[in-house]
Amino acid sequence: MNRMSQKAAYPYIIWIVGFIIIPILYIFSYAVHDENGLTLKYVLSILWTVHRKPLFLSLYLAFICVIVCLIISIPLAIILRQVQSRIVIFLFMLPMWMNTILSILAWKLLLAPRGLLSHFLPSVSILNTVFATELGMIYDLLPFAIIPIHTAFAAIDEDVIRCAWDLGANRWQVFCKVMLPLARDGIVSAIVMVFVPALTSFVVSDMLGGGKVMLIGNVIEQEFTNLMDWHLGAGLSLVLMVFVLLSTFILDENEKNEYE
Amino acid sequence: MRKMSMNRVNTFIPEWMKKFYVGLILIFLYMPIIVLIGLSFNNSKYYVSFGGWTLKWYKRLFTDEIIRDAIATTLFIAIVSAACATIIGTCGVIGIERMRSKKVILAVSNIPLLNADIVTGVSMMLVFTRFLRLGTLSVLLAHITFEIPYVMLNVIPAFSRMDRDIYNAALDLGASRAQAFFKVIMPQLWPGILSGFLMAMTMSIDDFSITYFTRGAGVNTLSTMIYTQLKRGVNPSMYSLCTIMFLAVFVLLAITNLRDFQKTN
Amino acid sequence: MKRLSVWMVVLLLLVAAALGIGLFAKKGQYASDGLVVLNYGDYIAPGVVDMFEEETGIPVIYEEYETPESMYTKYSSHSINYDVICTSDYMTGKLIEEGQVLPLEWENIPNKRWINPVYDEYSASFDPDLRYSVPYFVGTVGILYNSDVVSRDEASSWNILWDEKYRGQIIMENSVRDSLIPALRLNGDSINDTSKKALDPALELLSLQKPLNYAYLSDDAMYEMIMGNANLALIYSGEANAAMLENEALDYEVPMEGSNLWIDSWFIPKSCAHKAQAEAFIDFMCRPDIAYMNWDHVYYTTPNTGVYDMLDEDEQSDEAMFPPNDVLRRCEVFRVLGDDEIRTLQELWKQLKTS
Repeated sequence: MNRMSQKAAYPYIIWIVGFIIIPILYIFSYAVHDENGLTLKYVLSILWTVHRKPLFLSLYLAFICVIVCLIISIPLAIILRQVQSRIVIFLFMLPMWMNTILSILAWKLLLAPRGLLSHFLPSVSILNTVFATELGMIYDLLPFAIIPIHTAFAAIDEDVIRCAWDLGANRWQVFCKVMLPLARDGIVSAIVMVFVPALTSFVVSDMLGGGKVMLIGNVIEQEFTNLMDWHLGAGLSLVLMVFVLLSTFILDENEKNEYE
Repeated sequence: MRKMSMNRVNTFIPEWMKKFYVGLILIFLYMPIIVLIGLSFNNSKYYVSFGGWTLKWYKRLFTDEIIRDAIATTLFIAIVSAACATIIGTCGVIGIERMRSKKVILAVSNIPLLNADIVTGVSMMLVFTRFLRLGTLSVLLAHITFEIPYVMLNVIPAFSRMDRDIYNAALDLGASRAQAFFKVIMPQLWPGILSGFLMAMTMSIDDFSITYFTRGAGVNTLSTMIYTQLKRGVNPSMYSLCTIMFLAVFVLLAITNLRDFQKTN
Repeated sequence: MKRLSVWMVVLLLLVAAALGIGLFAKKGQYASDGLVVLNYGDYIAPGVVDMFEEETGIPVIYEEYETPESMYTKYSSHSINYDVICTSDYMTGKLIEEGQVLPLEWENIPNKRWINPVYDEYSASFDPDLRYSVPYFVGTVGILYNSDVVSRDEASSWNILWDEKYRGQIIMENSVRDSLIPALRLNGDSINDTSKKALDPALELLSLQKPLNYAYLSDDAMYEMIMGNANLALIYSGEANAAMLENEALDYEVPMEGSNLWIDSWFIPKSCAHKAQAEAFIDFMCRPDIAYMNWDHVYYTTPNTGVYDMLDEDEQSDEAMFPPNDVLRRCEVFRVLGDDEIRTLQELWKQLKTS
């Protein structure tokens, strides 16, 4: 644990510079200049209706996705507190190992007008709508909410709760004043782990939105793969990156304050 | 006493409702997986119509060259990238320990973890198309990059728990630095390194977005191959392949968890 | 004990992986040297590339793409040096205009004689001197419909795509130029008209149509139609043929207002490092037995007369497969667009998609 060992970090630092910092600088340079010199038009293009609308839709869907995942996960975590076995939590983690794209394809087959679910819920076709996209996102990201929230709730000491009971707290108070604050860490990391992928997703909307749901991720993907406007794509990526890093930063600060 | 207080929280909701709730979520999570497993045995090539049971898609897994290539590429990239990421990440954890800029370095290396996959993929594509050809190598480099933070996530706790006095004691007792490192430090870090390696491999196998933007001619991992096939109809052998992979993970996790399960009973 | 179990998992995984790679890895898979072929997804019969490698000893790296635009991006990023490319008319023309295509040496491609000269007139619209490209498959754009629900009469006009009766049952093509065909033709404009005068009303028509749509899809439209998830689709004749094989209720019609004839051709880009081998590959693709294998797999209209002669009368008289002259006459080939025109169309498409 001396000077020598610092050398061990050199490949790691070179790697960070070469594959994280330089690529981000590249995005930045593509975003703010083109063959005509410096310009802000690519970054500001986020204000165009055709980009603003997808961004707002992404934010909206990501927000709903976080809320729904929390609403599902928190009661589940409380119920699972009385289950000691790891087998149960293992059951909730397992779906993460199925290939994501195939699971979403399976949803497509389930939700189609002549799909598997149509036998049970006839004439309610939700495939190729915003709702189907939201459902796919929730499916994809739910395990990322369940795991940290479960871990946080499972770690709450039973004695603390007993204490609260003995001091006369009611159920609601125990939940709001004791359990939630103690599980805060897990909830915050669940929010980050769901919000960021939901905000930037393009695969789910591509598969379950039928080309009618355009999220900001789809717009960026299109700019790079089909529309050949890398400057515009980079400009929008930069904006998206700012949104993502800002949201994680805010949540992170929030978490820290709690302990200071 | 313990049991009692727990019951007090939980008797609020009747037992059957809790079971119903847990069951409902499990159904939601497993429904698509059951569909896929079902499809892997379905004789008809067209998703929805059922054409009788068959094993032919499983047999084709072993004869279809394109699928074999994709499996080989996926595993090759997963194992090599996870190994590289584990080595670089572990050395990084040990090396930056004493550095003054440790916090900044960690924050930067965590960027791929926090950032949007699509942005990470695109940024690396911009650099790779400039400096080298897109191919297997570019996917490999990209995977190593986004796996390093996952490795560190697992190694750092093990490293901070480590007892440093033993290392110094070993040196005092005449061990060389290398000996002390391999005989004292490594054994304490192993569990973290291994779980980091496994996590990196899992992330690599399941990644789509980053591979999608950095892959080159003819390089397909399972995820990108399935995505390309979506437009033309997915080769049903993909269902069987993913069923096999899913069941393999199931069995492995079941074996490792079974001991805990027996312990608690 | 705990550590031991983790170890066992790792060991098992590694052994499985090593076995997997040992068993599956194909020799030379990561070799960079070979003829790099770029083609649409699933646009060649399985085994054909292997046959070519065996017969000529030329190793092939085969790469697929989805849309001509993504092909262009791949090609012009110069990250890979492609040797032979197959793509659609207007994109071939664009690359020819940009000087990115090498002229072919016809003595190296003797099998070109099998290609039906009827299509020369259409090829000339993007390859004026017919020096650069060899047609691979051709076809029209039309309406695939479920004949249990939609009558042939209805399907013979683009107006049906705006029929409220079929709300939620219509599939549009997920590409701006294809989706514009019905709108432009209904307004009496050419499918190649990119003036504001033509595009504004066309966008308006398409916006009216969007709420009636089941989805904007590309090749997967065919599967949705086979499964009966939708009853009408704006589709390429190739997909229509394949769908009709699987579902007998389906029928195909090129509406009377007129449509698009497309030609996918092989050409050799400037990045080619193995020109003679690339020409040998194109020649191989034109050989009737190989062309037959490809036709049988892809099931699009083949311009190869050698293949046509091998078919029985029933197959030869299939109008969706081999469009009769009056259908061809009401079709236009997409013209090459300038960068500004492409940008205009892309803006229009984004507006439609986000509206």
